[in-house]
Amino acid sequence: MANELLFFMEVLVGGLLAGTMYSLVALGFVLIFKASATFNFSQGAMVFFSVLAFCGFMQDFNIPFVFAFILAALLMVVVGLCTERLVLRPLMNASEDTVLMATIGLGYVLEGLAQAAWGVEVRRLDLGIGDFPVPWIADNLKLFISALDITAGLVAAIMIIGLFLLFKYTKIGLGLRAVADDAGAASSIGIPLKHIMLLVWSAAGVVALVAGMMWGARAGVQFALVDLALKALPVLIIGGFSSIPGAIIGGLIIGAVEKILEVYIGPFFGGAIEGWAPYVLAIFFLLYRPEGLFGEKIIRRV
Amino acid sequence: MKPIFMTYTKKDLINLAVCMVLSVLIIPTFIKTEYWYTSILIPWLCLALATIGQQIVMGYTGQLALGAAGFMAAGAFAMFNLILRVPDLGFVGSLIVSGLIAAAFGILFGLPSLKVRGIYLMVATLASQFFIIWMIDKFGWFKNYDSSGIITAQDIVILGKPLTTPLAMYFVCLAVTTILTLLAMNMARGSTGRNWMAVRDMDIAAESMGVSLLRTKVQAFAISAFYCGVAGALFAFCYLKSLEPVAFDIKLSFKILFMCILGGLGTINGAFIGAAFILLFPVLLNALGNNVFHGAIDATIISSIEQVIFGLLMIIFMIYEPLGMAKLWENLKQSMRSKLSSSDTKSLKSPVLKK
Repeated sequence: MANELLFFMEVLVGGLLAGTMYSLVALGFVLIFKASATFNFSQGAMVFFSVLAFCGFMQDFNIPFVFAFILAALLMVVVGLCTERLVLRPLMNASEDTVLMATIGLGYVLEGLAQAAWGVEVRRLDLGIGDFPVPWIADNLKLFISALDITAGLVAAIMIIGLFLLFKYTKIGLGLRAVADDAGAASSIGIPLKHIMLLVWSAAGVVALVAGMMWGARAGVQFALVDLALKALPVLIIGGFSSIPGAIIGGLIIGAVEKILEVYIGPFFGGAIEGWAPYVLAIFFLLYRPEGLFGEKIIRRV
Repeated sequence: MKPIFMTYTKKDLINLAVCMVLSVLIIPTFIKTEYWYTSILIPWLCLALATIGQQIVMGYTGQLALGAAGFMAAGAFAMFNLILRVPDLGFVGSLIVSGLIAAAFGILFGLPSLKVRGIYLMVATLASQFFIIWMIDKFGWFKNYDSSGIITAQDIVILGKPLTTPLAMYFVCLAVTTILTLLAMNMARGSTGRNWMAVRDMDIAAESMGVSLLRTKVQAFAISAFYCGVAGALFAFCYLKSLEPVAFDIKLSFKILFMCILGGLGTINGAFIGAAFILLFPVLLNALGNNVFHGAIDATIISSIEQVIFGLLMIIFMIYEPLGMAKLWENLKQSMRSKLSSSDTKSLKSPVLKK
């Protein structure tokens, strides 16, 4: 019995930690949604783009880790700048769906550019953190938990606390929230809309880079990252599109539920239910709580 | 415009006649190379049909759905099993029934549209995409316990004769596409389509005017999935000649979404324009790479460039012409017309055209 419980705990913890990886991707979505009420469908492509650039800098140009990271982050700032200038500003008064479509286009552009610049082959990314069980935990708690998972969890926690503090206690954060509430009113009282947007897109870019590094270290830097990032959408639906804690909790729920379902129910159906289980879970959430666990209630004015 | 035959105006009938003459007489007499049929015309017709399906749910009813390829897979594998297990149905019967099976999936996965919209609905429809492909992949019964992963499609048999030539396949696709396109136009113009558009433009207002949201949305999803299902069956049996779930992955769904949006939301001819563009553009780009640069550019780079261009076009159209290429075409016709007429009445510039 104890063994079964231990096994369950292992599955659960593994799932929760893997879920933080989804949270990291979802975090980028939330940042942009919070500030501009835009669903940025290209977040997955940004993950792919940024980490591929990072790998390229490191492996093709032999730039050391820290500088490659800074360069990739700067690149994401440039991407943010271009997006704000060329895509979002002309679409300022367009409907939500139109902007969403444009971000799908943006995703295509980023994916194509990344592959044209750095090639299509799978790249290995070695962060110096192994994807194997930590011996200390394995010995003392009898749980096999990957070091990479723990790192991802820690990184996610740090970013979330940082962003939370930024939103809650700084002037920039106040500006961000004001813009999210009513962009027109915010700009009329002198909040620099352009700077705020640039800031948010850059922050989302850096978050994407970090998420990409975590994913890349696990699964290799490859195009499949874009599809993996799609799973951030059910995470957002469960957590709520406008809530940073929501992105985290949503990620944890998706990670844990998908692992538990896969291990305990999957074998009856031939496995690989991970592919759709999060989406079906999201549908159930949509039916009962469309705004997500932490989202603001959706009010439609007629 | 006064209707002269049923609800069709003179213009419609002329358009239909021109299209028919072009596709039935001119194309088969002038195009002899098989390549054109097997790689361009047949997939174009199939994908245009699927795009009409996407149009119905997205362009006409305004529901953001992203699962067309899933329904196509459902249609294709339903067709395979129907021909295999119920041979008495015949080709046309199987095609209709496989469309209906896809429609059943459409109803099931369209139900969330009653509660949610926008990106929320998109996520819900993604579930259908992943679920249907997974189901076909994991349950051997659907694939007749074939372990190779790729199943050869059976021959299409119509009236006891197996059709094998590309030209025959082309005519099958043409016939199905024509009938379904006409039907779609009819629906779009009739009360069905008006209900769809009312829901698209403002669902609350539509509901208060007595349009049943439940009925309209579910109907749109069902019909859309029917079109996608039939298109998927044709795609597998006439174009791919094989069945594999991978052929209907999310990339195809995105492709159909692009066809629908670039072609022009809420137009039937936009579906054909969009499908032609998305299909032909890579062919053109490859030809350019091979003939102008003589293969100096890597094929993977070309496909990356193609992706960048599609993405850019999407952004550009969203900014400047959200109604897509069909609208551009319309504008072009209008400006030609106004030029022709303004040549004799120069003082009367048409004020209608200026936006």
